Amino acid sequence: MEALVAIAIGVLTGAGVFLLLRARTFPVLLGLTLLSYGVNLFLFVSGRLVVASSPLTDQGLEVYPDPIPQALVLTAIVIGFGMTALLVVLALRAIRDTGGDHVDGGER
Amino acid sequence: MTHLVILPVLLPLVAGSLLLLATGLGNGARRAIALVATFALLPVALLLLERVADGAHLVYALGDWAPPFGIVLVVDRLAVAMLLLTAVVAAASLVYACSGDDVRGPQYHALFQFQLLGINGAFLTGDLFNLFVFFEVLLIASYALLLHGLGAQRVGAAMHVVVLNLIGSALFLFAVGTLYGVTGTLNLADLARVMPLLDPDLAPLARSGALLLLGVFALKAALLPLGFWLPRAYAAATGATAALFAVLTKVGVYAILRVYPLVFGPAAGEVADVAAAWVLPAALITLAFGALGVLAARTLRASAGWLVVYSVGTLLVAVGLFSEAGYAAAVYYTAHSTLASAALFLLADLIARQRATGGDRLDVVDAMPHATVLGVLFFVAAVTVAGLPPFSGFVGKLMVLEAARVAPGAVTSWSVLLLAALVVIVAVARAGSALFWRTGPATTAAPPLDRRSVGAVAGLLACVVGLVAWGGAATEYAWSTARQLADPAGYVTAVLGTDPHAWEQRRGQR
Amino acid sequence: MLLPLVILIPLVGAWLPAALSRALGIDPARTAAALVVLALAIVLGQAGAVLDGATFVQSWPWIPALGLNASFRLDGFGLLFALLILVIGLLVVLYARYYLAPEDSQERFYGLLLLFMGAMLGVVLSENLLLLVTFWELTSLSSFLLIGFWRHEAEARRGARLALMITGAGGLALLAGVLLLGHVVGSFELTQVLASGAVVKAHPLYEAILVLVLLGAFTKSAQFPFHFWLPHAMAAPTPVSAYLHSATMVKAGIFLLGRLFPALAGTEVWFFVVSGVGLATQLFASYVALFRHDLKGLLAYSTVSHLGLVTLLFGLGTPLGEIAAVFHIINHAVFKASLFMAAGIIDHETGTRDMRRLSGLARYMPWTAALATIAAGAMAGVPLLNGFLSKEMFFAETFQVQWLGPWYWVLPVAATLAGVFTVAYSTRFVHDVFFGPAPQGLPKTPHEPPRWMKVPVEILVGLCLLVGLTPALTVDPLLRAAAGAVLQGPLPEFSLKLWHGFNLPLLMSVVALAGGTAVYFTRRYHLDLHGYRQRPTDGRRISENAVARAVRGARWLVERVANESLQRYVLLLLVAALALGVAGARGLTLTGTADLTPADGLSVLVTVALVLAALAATVMHAKRLLALVLIGVVGLAVSLAFVRLSAPDLALTQLLVEIVTVLLLLLAMYFMPAETPAEPSRARLARDVLVAVTIGGAVAGLAWALLTRPFDTIAWYYLENAKPEGGGYNVVNVILVDFRGFDTLGEITVLGIAAVGILALLQGLKLDTPPLDWEGRPWATERYPLMLRVLSRPLLPLALLVSAYLFLRGHNAPGGGFIAGLVTGTALLLQYVAQGSAWASARLPWNYTRVIAAGLLVATGTGLASWAFGAPFLTSTFGYVHWPVVGEFELASAMVFDLGIYLAVVGVVMVILSRLGGLSGPTGVVGDREGH
Repeated sequence: MEALVAIAIGVLTGAGVFLLLRARTFPVLLGLTLLSYGVNLFLFVSGRLVVASSPLTDQGLEVYPDPIPQALVLTAIVIGFGMTALLVVLALRAIRDTGGDHVDGGER
Repeated sequence: MTHLVILPVLLPLVAGSLLLLATGLGNGARRAIALVATFALLPVALLLLERVADGAHLVYALGDWAPPFGIVLVVDRLAVAMLLLTAVVAAASLVYACSGDDVRGPQYHALFQFQLLGINGAFLTGDLFNLFVFFEVLLIASYALLLHGLGAQRVGAAMHVVVLNLIGSALFLFAVGTLYGVTGTLNLADLARVMPLLDPDLAPLARSGALLLLGVFALKAALLPLGFWLPRAYAAATGATAALFAVLTKVGVYAILRVYPLVFGPAAGEVADVAAAWVLPAALITLAFGALGVLAARTLRASAGWLVVYSVGTLLVAVGLFSEAGYAAAVYYTAHSTLASAALFLLADLIARQRATGGDRLDVVDAMPHATVLGVLFFVAAVTVAGLPPFSGFVGKLMVLEAARVAPGAVTSWSVLLLAALVVIVAVARAGSALFWRTGPATTAAPPLDRRSVGAVAGLLACVVGLVAWGGAATEYAWSTARQLADPAGYVTAVLGTDPHAWEQRRGQR
Repeated sequence: MLLPLVILIPLVGAWLPAALSRALGIDPARTAAALVVLALAIVLGQAGAVLDGATFVQSWPWIPALGLNASFRLDGFGLLFALLILVIGLLVVLYARYYLAPEDSQERFYGLLLLFMGAMLGVVLSENLLLLVTFWELTSLSSFLLIGFWRHEAEARRGARLALMITGAGGLALLAGVLLLGHVVGSFELTQVLASGAVVKAHPLYEAILVLVLLGAFTKSAQFPFHFWLPHAMAAPTPVSAYLHSATMVKAGIFLLGRLFPALAGTEVWFFVVSGVGLATQLFASYVALFRHDLKGLLAYSTVSHLGLVTLLFGLGTPLGEIAAVFHIINHAVFKASLFMAAGIIDHETGTRDMRRLSGLARYMPWTAALATIAAGAMAGVPLLNGFLSKEMFFAETFQVQWLGPWYWVLPVAATLAGVFTVAYSTRFVHDVFFGPAPQGLPKTPHEPPRWMKVPVEILVGLCLLVGLTPALTVDPLLRAAAGAVLQGPLPEFSLKLWHGFNLPLLMSVVALAGGTAVYFTRRYHLDLHGYRQRPTDGRRISENAVARAVRGARWLVERVANESLQRYVLLLLVAALALGVAGARGLTLTGTADLTPADGLSVLVTVALVLAALAATVMHAKRLLALVLIGVVGLAVSLAFVRLSAPDLALTQLLVEIVTVLLLLLAMYFMPAETPAEPSRARLARDVLVAVTIGGAVAGLAWALLTRPFDTIAWYYLENAKPEGGGYNVVNVILVDFRGFDTLGEITVLGIAAVGILALLQGLKLDTPPLDWEGRPWATERYPLMLRVLSRPLLPLALLVSAYLFLRGHNAPGGGFIAGLVTGTALLLQYVAQGSAWASARLPWNYTRVIAAGLLVATGTGLASWAFGAPFLTSTFGYVHWPVVGEFELASAMVFDLGIYLAVVGVVMVILSRLGGLSGPTGVVGDREGH
């Protein structure tokens, strides 16, 4: 399981990085989305893996996952959403104001 | 436990929310609310200053959850200094903004308050992840402020700033994840407690996390090669916003000063002094390149932006020494450079407004009206940023030089520091003579000089002068702050109590 | 008396001339003069005691942490300079009153002059070396403003910048030297420094200190090869030149040599460097001076050469040499000031300073001619004048050198040669200007200047004669006091007499006078002065070109490196992060010791799907819709992973955020250019792939290393106390709204700010809808499909019910304010999509910004409520109530906090998506209802 998670994180991050290096805003947006998936997973598993359980203490489970990273990731997801939303609108504005969807403005 | 500690966060939060809620209010009322909320930060900071003057740490456990489990706010000399500095710059920049910049877009005052919320929160928090949250608050507020007034320039600059900082945030989370995955805790004091006891097998991971974190802070502080985004962004922002941004880069510097001596200091065993090898060289590069940028600048705003890079370089040379003298120099220089660059940004804006043609371009245009007033202000600001006597730049430079003298590689540091200083002197002299001497015929119909705007600039410069006039007290405070930073035990004890394992017994106590 | 007053009166009083003339219409010159007299009076009050050998030191702590104290010192040497500065300053004030043209601002002039005077006094009266450096730099700054006084003249601006650059550089060197010196001595106070000469000279840092300090002194005193700024400083008004270049600015460097004499002088390296530079300067400058056509140019180079002479004398390191140096400082100040003033008068009355046009002026201004001739005589070292005496002492001293061995004769010969040139250019000054035929075509017809313009010259020339004739009665005490203060010890035996008998020095004088006169009057045979063209390149051009080149170079570099390309900056950031992370992980064994979790088929399947989707999206990102769908798949896979890994709340949140995000991106894509233009070069792609793979690998490795290692966490505390202390079974939710509620508060603030920012961005943003979609199909014309319209209305209450349920159970089961908010938000959103903004806005008439604000305030208010119970911000409490239907039900204050979150999230989702959806909708321009 650990290997799977590590691979997933690596692929998500790598794919995100590649898209971040593109010249147009849309792929960069996709890249940031992928990167955030990767980093959220990473932060989440920093509490190690616990399968088939839950952080609900009324279920009488014998082993619980580490709840802290879950809370952190939740916060991170929300913040990431706000940031992405802003960037999307900014990208639209840039098309209008700089006349293109190149990350440096205009068409280049 | 005094609620005073959390006021620097609550005041802007409430004020900002109220400003959002009261959509019906007119400009006058909004300005009034904003000004009250901002100026109220000054007495708060001063009261806190008085509380920590004896070297105490004020700890505020949010939700009454005992650290390391809950989030704590911690006030020490360093935090107070930053709070006070921010309050002063914010006040000046807001007064300036109220002369018209604030109505060039919606919700300026709310955003301004949220910006302060983020900055103050970052200064106060004693929790690594909470630091991330406040970074995000101050960042997203800064994006909105940077975009205030819109226009292709700002939109283009904002695109760069946002993308880079989103990557920075991801980096921050990687770092947090790594450090939590190694130590199982997020509270800075607790991290400091755990580091020395770390299983050597985990040490490389901890170092990796620590350095990733350094990357994030370096990006915020505009340390090269990560700081190239700064000059354009600051030049694009409105004058008042740019002035406030002068504080933003210092948040990155503060974060380095806060985290590394405390958590990764000499006592951190396997992870000790992990940042030492990196900061100084990067700082020297930043310093040199920043000076060249000032020389190359074609507009006063651009040169002010590069001056920020230059001062960050100087500042981080001091920080990068990771010595008591270095910390002292850093604290003093932070105050100096923040005030000076804020004043310079406001001044650049004033000058651009005054000159009928050419804006703040550094070339021959019609002579500007009110040249005497602006000239005197510019001269003081220029002398200060150029590190010449009699203003704070000189004292700051002295402290950095003195701190670097006793450190290894002193010859290199001194050469770079002094040569860069010379380049800046030449550049600033050129700028000044281009703006105020090499002028064409005076134009008619000069816009009147806005008294409040001039007052804002003069106020900031007065503080710069004060830093020298009361240089004894200022440097003494810087030194006591440095001593506090160099001995993190006080911080840890204040947060976790004297018995490092007391929290083991804290189960269920509340 | 207070020494600082002497400095502060002119320094702080600098604004008075302007102020008083504006307020009371007082002549600025009078105010300035009054201030100078005041300061002079204070100094004279102490003169007596100082002449008897007393030394006053007054000290106040200023910045003890740096060893920078406000400590001042008045001894013989300081007194001498203070008198020169103040007396000559007073005369310049008087002179300038008549020199300045009506269009020159007298207010500005006298303000700057006083500023400079104060700085200069500071230099000579400082006891603390750092304080001295401070004033030193102040003289550079104020002289910058003085030299650039005629700002409209390019020459003045250039001269000013040049002076600032050279002296500024020297100042930095001096600062470095002083810091080292203070470090060696252990104090910056002169008293200690002067007493520690032996220590300093024995210290390994001695050479470094010496070189740095000398750089400061030589640049200031225009010593070769830094001399070239001084002639260009002549673009300043003549009173400024008369002041800066006779008695003050340039003498500061000399002063420093004398001041630090006991600490640094007397070693072999000192002798060779200092007297070597001095000699070179003296010879070179006196020769060049002969070829200047501009009166002030000639005087400038003459100044340089006389400064060289003094430097040479200090360099000898002998007591008598030092006495001669001090003596010549006095004499040079006196005659050079008068000569500059005379040149100013000539310029003022004839309109030119060019000796090729001037001639025979004696018949128009005999009195001025007489004065100038006497002063020039003093400069040339003619007997009966003060210059002669110090020149004689100088000649005598050139024989007293211990280090030259068989080459001992070099110095006397060179000195004599320099003397020849000096006499020659002095003769030229007098003869070219005042004698010969009547001048042709001068701008003005010359005549004697106004009475008071001559008075300063008369006084100074009078001094030349007085000192020249009766040195023992006039200058002797001052000289002894000053020289004694320099030596910091007993003076050797010496007497100031006109006649020392027939000796070598006298012979050298005779040779110099005869030779110099001969050189001048036989010039037409060997050098044609008037025909001489000034050399095309000199120091200024070189240094100006250097600066210009530096600026061009800096622009080239900066604009190439910081080229405003986001792709480059991103690459830099990513590579830096990679380097840092990898460097930190050095010595890491990749796989740890923890026992692993067995993988199951489903997980493998999900992972494979995730990996494939992510890679496909990356490869095919140019096909935007497809890429977006694939991203959706990835997000789904991630939330499945969260389910599998025991994080139901995360899974739910991830899913909802996923939906909203994809919606958002769809909307954005609708307005964006249809496809991505062709990729750049293969090399660039290869580079990016390499970076991506490396970083991906590194992160995977990091994750693996973490996951395979056991660790100790504080999680137990939350699991144990969530219910008893936080009143909830859902630990994650309790952490979010209670243990770490502060994070959540910040989180929703971020959302709120994002919404505000987005509204600002949408101000007046109107994007036109492309006629075709990205696959070239026309858009459906029917905006609001019937099915959707019919379905969506009943959906709303249902969705609201669901979110209420999710909200209430949140504390104990997956759910909570944020998730509920997203559900409500999407449901409301559906109304917009289905019914159109107009319809929806009419029925959901809220200003969503205010909803957000309300949310923030509710959350904050909940936190503040705890203050009432003396508990810190955000302290929670909970209790149980019995509801008729529901039964036993828990109420936690944290739930009110959660309500705040709910409101904020609803508001944000609505703002972002509804507004964005409205972009092209019939509602047209966006942001209208959102208040400013």
